[in-house]
Amino acid sequence: MEDLFKGKLVRLTGIDPEEVSKTFAQWNRDSEYMRLLNSDPPRLHSAKAIKGWLEKHIEAEPENTFWFAIRALEDDRLIGDIDLAVINWGSRDAFLGIGIGAREFWGKGYGSEAMQLILRYGFIELNLRRISLDVFEYNQRAMRLYEKAGFRLEGCMRQAMQREGQRWDIYFMGILREEWMKEYGYKSKTD
Amino acid sequence: MLNIHTPLFEDQDIRLGPIDHDHDPEVESRWMHDSEYMRMMELKPVRPLAPAMVKKGYESLEKEIEEDKNLFYFTIRAREDDRLLGKAVLEWIDWTNGNGYLRLGIGLSQDRGRGLGTQALGLLLRFAFAELNLFRVTMVVPEYNQATIALVRKFDFVEEVRRRQALLRDDRVWDLLVFGLLRSEWAEGAGEVER
Repeated sequence: MEDLFKGKLVRLTGIDPEEVSKTFAQWNRDSEYMRLLNSDPPRLHSAKAIKGWLEKHIEAEPENTFWFAIRALEDDRLIGDIDLAVINWGSRDAFLGIGIGAREFWGKGYGSEAMQLILRYGFIELNLRRISLDVFEYNQRAMRLYEKAGFRLEGCMRQAMQREGQRWDIYFMGILREEWMKEYGYKSKTD
Repeated sequence: MLNIHTPLFEDQDIRLGPIDHDHDPEVESRWMHDSEYMRMMELKPVRPLAPAMVKKGYESLEKEIEEDKNLFYFTIRAREDDRLLGKAVLEWIDWTNGNGYLRLGIGLSQDRGRGLGTQALGLLLRFAFAELNLFRVTMVVPEYNQATIALVRKFDFVEEVRRRQALLRDDRVWDLLVFGLLRSEWAEGAGEVER
């Protein structure tokens, strides 16, 4: 069996609330980053408040939330986080979220590899049937990343956001298990 | 012309009303044992609740309304005798961006197809746009729920997203449709022609 958590550039590790909260508190001060991640107005929470939230969130629904720190293999530095939130076990569908908070790692394939790792984890460990995500119209970099990872556009909620006095669409994308298997040349051992 | 004197919570055959903690749990519990109704209303695996548990559910719902302030819950009642007919919900309201999600259902099959859902959705839309000042509303509907799809189309909702095979039910896959209506597309009094 393959190592699910390790690629060539990054590895996925468990979240340490103490470490991650300090890093998040710094990344959150980057307003552009925050506006790419979330449609809520950004808040500058303290590391302490974030730590409390992390502990609560990780413990609240362990069976539905699969959340990892992304670390660069070269020096094990924390560069971002990625998660799958299973919204419906009956239908085995999950929503994916990713953020690379360390800007110097943007556009160098780190996020892309983290996506590949979490897709494989979702499909061959969680046995999901599909993985979903949404992305804001102004986040074209992320849309290209998702397309590259094999996601297909499934539509857009028109003008669902307002920022800087302008309305923006929210795009929805999805990848089915069969599409992932084809895209990544994965052969099922059970078929 | 609708104005401040036009009641927000009344239409020809129905009223939007509050929860009645004494009498509604019994009625809603009966609806919940109708799997067809439940599969129209819920995306997660359905399970019926006993009246006592429905009552507890109302209590946590009202607590949530009080704390989160982004949920409006109405019961749909018959104008003639205030009998409980269904529910109409506006939830996950995103105040910053002016978006909210709608959900409604008529409990008994013999009460469906009588235009009650049309009246309830008309009221809910007026509340969302003329009272809450939302920019848009959203409705998530499984592709097998043809009655609701026909209903939202009557109000000019646009099919915006088709989440392929997002639902696994009855041993087959179904698409999950997301419909949206912008305030600029909302026609006050839409649906009245049919009545």
